[in-house]
Amino acid sequence: MKRRKRTLRRTRRANAQPRLERLVAGEPGAVKAKAASAEGEQGDGADSQWPLWEVFVQPSQGAAYEHCGSVHAADGEGALQNARDVYARRGEAIGIWVVPSAAIVASKPEDAGPFFDPADDKVYRHPQFYKIPRGLKGF
Amino acid sequence: MAEQQASPENVLFEYALRLGDDRLILGHRLSEWCGHGPILEEDIALANIALDLLGGATHALEVAAAAEGAGRSADDLAYFRETVEFRNLLLVELPRGDFAYTIARQFFFDAYSVHLMDALSKSKEPQLAELAAKAVKEDRYHVRHSAEWMVKLGDGTDESHARLQNAVNDLWRYTGEMFLSDPTDEAAASAGIAPAAPALKEKWNAVVDDVLARATISRPANEVFMRGGRAGRHTEHLGHLLAEMQIVARSHPGAEW
Repeated sequence: MKRRKRTLRRTRRANAQPRLERLVAGEPGAVKAKAASAEGEQGDGADSQWPLWEVFVQPSQGAAYEHCGSVHAADGEGALQNARDVYARRGEAIGIWVVPSAAIVASKPEDAGPFFDPADDKVYRHPQFYKIPRGLKGF
Repeated sequence: MAEQQASPENVLFEYALRLGDDRLILGHRLSEWCGHGPILEEDIALANIALDLLGGATHALEVAAAAEGAGRSADDLAYFRETVEFRNLLLVELPRGDFAYTIARQFFFDAYSVHLMDALSKSKEPQLAELAAKAVKEDRYHVRHSAEWMVKLGDGTDESHARLQNAVNDLWRYTGEMFLSDPTDEAAASAGIAPAAPALKEKWNAVVDDVLARATISRPANEVFMRGGRAGRHTEHLGHLLAEMQIVARSHPGAEW
């Protein structure tokens, strides 16, 4: 399994990729890192961060994986290890998924109206709208 | 040398002391990275591993204290012994150096510890078997973490490669001590409470050769090794480490919080 010069150099290239702004907002160094990646290259300073990965953990057997946060890592194995150390070292998980944040397609705040509002005035879309017939057992 | 400690009733004490001291001192060295890690996630990872090692040290020193039967506690062993009474490998007491140096040292130790604990989990001494059964799981993660970093650094940039190769070259002379036999080790092996140290070398070599190859790091040819830690002959670095580690306990003996 030959992996060619895969990490640090690739990391620098990866830094130039756009990120989901909501995921770095409020993070120390985020502004500087973004400014640097806009210039295409960043020195070896402490602000040169690796790509971001979203972390999902499965709390128990058969349960759905739930989003719990994000980590920086140069590659998938690193992301998995970081996720384990940050989110799953006190028995919180029996499984972990990590997904590159850049692979997530997210709705925008301005989508909220067209996407979600129409649901408000159509109560018949909710099962609670319907009365259960008397006599129905084991429902 | 440790010849005078080789009487059977002392073998468990001496052997558990080695296990405890290796992990206590390495855990302390790793904890020096807390707040200084190259990136937040790695800072947390190193602190986690340091805590695992301290947990293992506590367990082993409790076994040692009970075996000694002299009324000393694990804390007494950790905080009230002098340099010459410590039995850790020289490898683990060396200063933390740069990140490559820390990773290389950690990898060399992890690759040793994981096989030691694996064998030790079949020990005839139930206290050691119990300790090892817990530690081997942690060690499997530790070696996965440090091996991954070896490959990342070695097969990374020119600078990370050069730093890691330097670290491997510098540390190599300290790796042989893990596999040296002495009367305590022989007594523990013949009593069936621990694997003989030299028996671990082949497995360690296999892991190290595989990872060095993937990291494009050359294995030093030198087979002349430093020794002395198991007999209490340490580098000048251990005294400084102990001064820092023991100062609070010694300034406030018996303090609780």
